[in-house]
Amino acid sequence: MRKYWLPALLIVVAFIFPIVDEAFETLLIYPVIIVTVYVMLALGLNIVVGFAGLLDLGFVAFYALGAYVVGWLASSQFNQVSFSLWTAAVSLTGEPLEGIHISFWLILIVAGAFTALCGVIIGFPTLRLRGDYLAIVTLGFGEIIPRFFQNGDDLGGFNLTNGTIGIKAVDPPGIQFLPESLDAWKQFGTLDLHPWYYTILMLVLIAIYVNIRLRDSRLGRAWISVREDETAAAAMGINPVTTKLWAYALGAVFGGIAGAFYGSFIASIFPTSFSFNISILVLCMVVLGGMGNIYGVILGAIALQGLNFYLLPKINEWVHAIGDSLGISLLSHADIPKYNFFLFGIILVLMMLMRPEGIIPNRQRAEELHESDAGSGDAMRGVSRA
Amino acid sequence: MVTDEATKTRVGSLIEGARSSSWQSRIAVALVVALLVLLLGQAVREPGQFVSQLIIGITNGAIIALIALGYTLVYGIIELINFAHGDNFMIGSFVGLTVLSGTFLGFQFFGAIGAGAGTFLKIVGVLLALVVAMAVCGLLNVGIERVAYKPLRNSPRLAVLITAIGMSFILQNLGLVWKGPAQVPFPELISDANILPGDAIVFRWKDLFIVGVTVPLLIGLSYFISNTKQGKAMRAVAQDKEAASMVGINVNRTISITFLLGGILAGASGVMYGLFNGITVFNVGFTQGLYAFTAAVLGGIGNLTGAVVGGFLIGIIGSMADQYIGVEWTAIVIFSVLIMVLVFRPRGLLGDRSAVQGGGE
Repeated sequence: MRKYWLPALLIVVAFIFPIVDEAFETLLIYPVIIVTVYVMLALGLNIVVGFAGLLDLGFVAFYALGAYVVGWLASSQFNQVSFSLWTAAVSLTGEPLEGIHISFWLILIVAGAFTALCGVIIGFPTLRLRGDYLAIVTLGFGEIIPRFFQNGDDLGGFNLTNGTIGIKAVDPPGIQFLPESLDAWKQFGTLDLHPWYYTILMLVLIAIYVNIRLRDSRLGRAWISVREDETAAAAMGINPVTTKLWAYALGAVFGGIAGAFYGSFIASIFPTSFSFNISILVLCMVVLGGMGNIYGVILGAIALQGLNFYLLPKINEWVHAIGDSLGISLLSHADIPKYNFFLFGIILVLMMLMRPEGIIPNRQRAEELHESDAGSGDAMRGVSRA
Repeated sequence: MVTDEATKTRVGSLIEGARSSSWQSRIAVALVVALLVLLLGQAVREPGQFVSQLIIGITNGAIIALIALGYTLVYGIIELINFAHGDNFMIGSFVGLTVLSGTFLGFQFFGAIGAGAGTFLKIVGVLLALVVAMAVCGLLNVGIERVAYKPLRNSPRLAVLITAIGMSFILQNLGLVWKGPAQVPFPELISDANILPGDAIVFRWKDLFIVGVTVPLLIGLSYFISNTKQGKAMRAVAQDKEAASMVGINVNRTISITFLLGGILAGASGVMYGLFNGITVFNVGFTQGLYAFTAAVLGGIGNLTGAVVGGFLIGIIGSMADQYIGVEWTAIVIFSVLIMVLVFRPRGLLGDRSAVQGGGE
């Protein structure tokens, strides 16, 4: 039973957080929702990087795809057609709504399936490449997909993505069958963020559960063995290709669902919100927390986004105060949060130099990372440099 | 007789190769041929425009080739994708700009060399900018290797790659602090005027300048690698680090020199980019670096000639995409080339170290 008390406590804290937040008027719920979305992304990337040992530098592609699925299926983007299915969006005029409007809950599943498919499509041709090249190919895809969305407003005359203007007025989620008294849950609004918070919290809890079950499953052990020594794993009857493809597909599912939630939470989807920086930010979370360790990854996500939302603005204030009191205008006008990626770069370098296994290491992973004479030259393993 | 035999088997294996080639490579070849035919059609329709675009492609390609050499040199010797290399190029362009402005850290060393300066002063300014940028970037690259890569020399390959990505972000943000988030203009030192009479084909002084700087650099590099003792040591370390150290080669110093060479080329390339395009920006290294990496992979990473050929090809592909597909699609086209090459021909055109697992070692 001792094993369970800490996770149980954390879950309870997570559930009562909005009540505490409201009681003390700390107004943290909005940033906390964003942080939770990133926890979801980090959990997804952890499957690819942490479990299977494939460095994915284009994880943002799945995030973007998930968001655009919501954009396509729950807005007036395709106003040539009119199709509604269990949607929470209400027509003000009484006319049927323009565009496709499908229930958010259904879209979550569609987005997951779609991004899984994309993960397989991206992964399949690249899997025979060595680890670092595979990273570059995923980076290539991660760059192509947002650029494609940016240019996708005129594909032979067809407006798929609305270009740089982006898809706006995305339908909010909602649970229709609830009574009138639960207004906030019937259609999620921008005033009461509790339904949003509990939705992403449930999604993350499911993601954690799936992560734990995957780690301990036959597939999870296959990932570890392929990561450690692909040749040996293949000799033991594990098919490296399908094993790696599963990692891509499942990692992509979490990325896609996180993107779908984010898209409907923000309600407007721009191609510029899906830059390479996000891939690196999520990678940084996984590396900082501890590759392959679920709790470590969650901690990494919370720590880095906490830094982004809370600590850097605070440090900025301090620096300004120091600058004002000393009369140094350079300091009092410094814009510290702008340089957050400077800090993330330093974190990546220092972690790799000092503690490559992360804050909360996965024991197996730590041993692999500290093994100095490495073998086969695969994935996270060293290369024989003889 | 022996040579005859050898030729026969080589021809035989070529035929065999063509016969047994996979459906994938056939598709790839068909695709390339189709694109070439389309391009040829454009060339026939408007030859002047096509040739001018080709010249722009070659000049851009020269800049890319110089960066690509840095990737390929480093990869050849320690099998690391030096992700920070593109940002080193960006620092090079910033250093060049600072030299031309004559002011550094608030001290004015000499008056800014702008478009109004005399020809002699312009030449001196450009040369000074090139030399200083090359020195700074070379030393910076050596420093990065010492601090970030050397302690990880026996670590897993991806640990070093992640470090390199971290370094890239550090450099990029240094650039951001240094010159701000907006594009910074370069002085117009080299004329935009056409050298050739008429305006059917455009070959500007700028284009001549790029070629005029690149060619001696390439000749110098080639001489260094093939004729000097240190170049020989580099080749030896690239082949087998342990054996090289056994015969008395200082491996650490050789690796440092490799990084120095890569940095020097990136610095020169950065200044050239700024003078050619008239602007530079703190994140220019990311895209240019990826283009150059694509070039290195296209030519066959680890292969110096390959990097140059790949650089020119990517430059030409980029300028053709600019002209005939649309500027906003160029990056997509080049990244697709990167993926296609890695998927269909990971060895690259000229081939050296394989990107496929287990190969090339």
